[in-house]
Amino acid sequence: MPNFLRESLHKRQTVLDSLFRTLTRIAAFSVLGLLAAIIASLVVGSMPAIHAFGFGFITSSEWDPVNDQYGALIPIVGTLITSGIALLIAIPVSFGIAVFLTQLAPQWMRRPLGIAVELLAGIPSIIYGMWGLFVFAPLFADNIEPWLNDHIGTWPILGPFLSGPPMGIGMLTAGLILAIMVIPFIASVMRDVFDVVPAMLKESAYGLGATTWEVMLKVVLPYTKIGVVGGIMLGLGRALGETMAVTFVIGNAHELNKSLLMPGNSISSALANEFAEAVGELYTSALIELGLILFFITFVVLSLARLMLHKLQQREEHGA
Amino acid sequence: MKKMNSFLRIATLSASLALSSAAAATDITGAGATFPYPIYAKWAEVYKVKTGAGMNYQSIGSGGGIKQIQAKTVDFGASDAPLHPEELVKSGLMQFPTVIGGVVPVVNLEGVVAGSMKLSSQTLADIYQGKITKWNDARILADNAGIALPDKAITVVHRADGSGTTFIFTTYLAQVSTSWKTDIGSDKAVKWPVGTGGKGNEGVASFVQTIKNSIGYVEYAYALQNKMNFVQLKNRDGQFVSPNDDSFKAAAANAKWDKNNGFYEILTNEPGKTSWPITGATFVLIPKSPEKIENAQEVLKFFDWAYNNGDKMASDLDYVPLPAKLKVTIRDAWKEQVKDGSGKALWK
Repeated sequence: MPNFLRESLHKRQTVLDSLFRTLTRIAAFSVLGLLAAIIASLVVGSMPAIHAFGFGFITSSEWDPVNDQYGALIPIVGTLITSGIALLIAIPVSFGIAVFLTQLAPQWMRRPLGIAVELLAGIPSIIYGMWGLFVFAPLFADNIEPWLNDHIGTWPILGPFLSGPPMGIGMLTAGLILAIMVIPFIASVMRDVFDVVPAMLKESAYGLGATTWEVMLKVVLPYTKIGVVGGIMLGLGRALGETMAVTFVIGNAHELNKSLLMPGNSISSALANEFAEAVGELYTSALIELGLILFFITFVVLSLARLMLHKLQQREEHGA
Repeated sequence: MKKMNSFLRIATLSASLALSSAAAATDITGAGATFPYPIYAKWAEVYKVKTGAGMNYQSIGSGGGIKQIQAKTVDFGASDAPLHPEELVKSGLMQFPTVIGGVVPVVNLEGVVAGSMKLSSQTLADIYQGKITKWNDARILADNAGIALPDKAITVVHRADGSGTTFIFTTYLAQVSTSWKTDIGSDKAVKWPVGTGGKGNEGVASFVQTIKNSIGYVEYAYALQNKMNFVQLKNRDGQFVSPNDDSFKAAAANAKWDKNNGFYEILTNEPGKTSWPITGATFVLIPKSPEKIENAQEVLKFFDWAYNNGDKMASDLDYVPLPAKLKVTIRDAWKEQVKDGSGKALWK
């Protein structure tokens, strides 16, 4: 091939290369731009409420559309508590699922069970909500809540949190439904990361006489902890923002109750319920500010998780 | 806020463009209240067959309907709560009622025959204010001799979303209870002192059906369709009445409809021996001097047709049609109030 031809080919490839690079860069930056635009419009939209209520918005439990007084405490607390309950239940259950699927289940059972877990993640959230309201809530009200009232409700410290009229709907129900919804996410991430642990590591531990539990705790978990925390964060992210399923079962009452059996409210369900009919600048603005707060909570939670991982890694490097 | 509005406008504009390009030029669009959606959809379907002109109604909620007609992205808006006459003047809108419905308290009480329970207005207000907490309270028992009411806590169910139904219900409670009026007031969403909230009529209906010993309030049609245990109420004349077409009609007949006041009329606590005390009309909003003359004329034509031919369809769907006299007044109002740029009436 003559030299000049080779050069022109080379030039064309450079042009294509840089074009490709620009395109990918635009794609990546557009995400940043979108994020900035969303934050900006949320801030602009919530300006009237920020001016009117200031920081008191976060600490006030008032929510009175008639007199245009709004506070975010109840939805914030509701969002955090329901997500907390969800994780409290979902983490151990998901861990169990993942351990069984990767270490204990016979080979023929792994695929169908794994697919079933992934299918659970594909069910639309409104289905969970309807199932929660029509199937789970009555069962819960008739069988479990009376038992909770009689047995745990009488305990000194924990009691007040788990006693109240057996309605079937409320914060606890919302947390339980959320747990069911996030389990497939956390479980499938855990399963995937447990699967990539090199067989040699595990075999060595087994060879030294370790039990399955010891192998999980001392070999598999340390090896996969970043993935595990990532999976939990994915679940938490879903729980914090989940709207329809929570709206169905949380009870949607702007009330602060000690008891988890009583109705409460979450940020996303307050938005879903009230945005369409919110008339007046302050009302709309207060709802948008709620959205901004949810954005902020999610951001803080994700950042904390990153920080935690970073710290963990550092400590390990120092230790080693 | 401005940014949000223009974004909304673009979104709805592109949506309506996509829809209108597929159909004839005189198709009209409306948006708003969810309560009249079934009847508007039914009317639109039959109207399309009869005249070939389509009407596309999006039930996005009264608040959304008001915002959209103010932004002029739709040809008419619909709201369950009437706009105040001053607000109408401010946004250059006129409003008229289309159909009437009733709000009905419903209960879930084992062993109580449907429709047998009686409540006075003050008792209902006290239950919703958390002043009466047990079903066997003396104030409830006083009106219900012979019904065995349980010694159980009352679970109050209300709407979680802003709603015209809540507006009608709380307007009634504020009329009959002074403490409700001063402490809570009336609006499409209020600060409920007690209870749990369901999303939409269907949400309240399912909560009441699920939770034992509960009380809620729903549109009449939902109470009927779900075969719920409705309550008799004591009306302004001191009579206990059951919710049905006749008692809604009685309430509507006794109202004083004023076309110069934007037909601002909430049919709660109306006089009359047989009047159901929690009745309300649903309203349509149109611009007084529309930009798109042809569409505005088509809107009036549509509702004129519906007034002439739609009563049977409305009754079949458990709405109450407007009294004939009122329809005449509404047509007069169109003639007087809706004009084109040169001041010529659009309705002849």
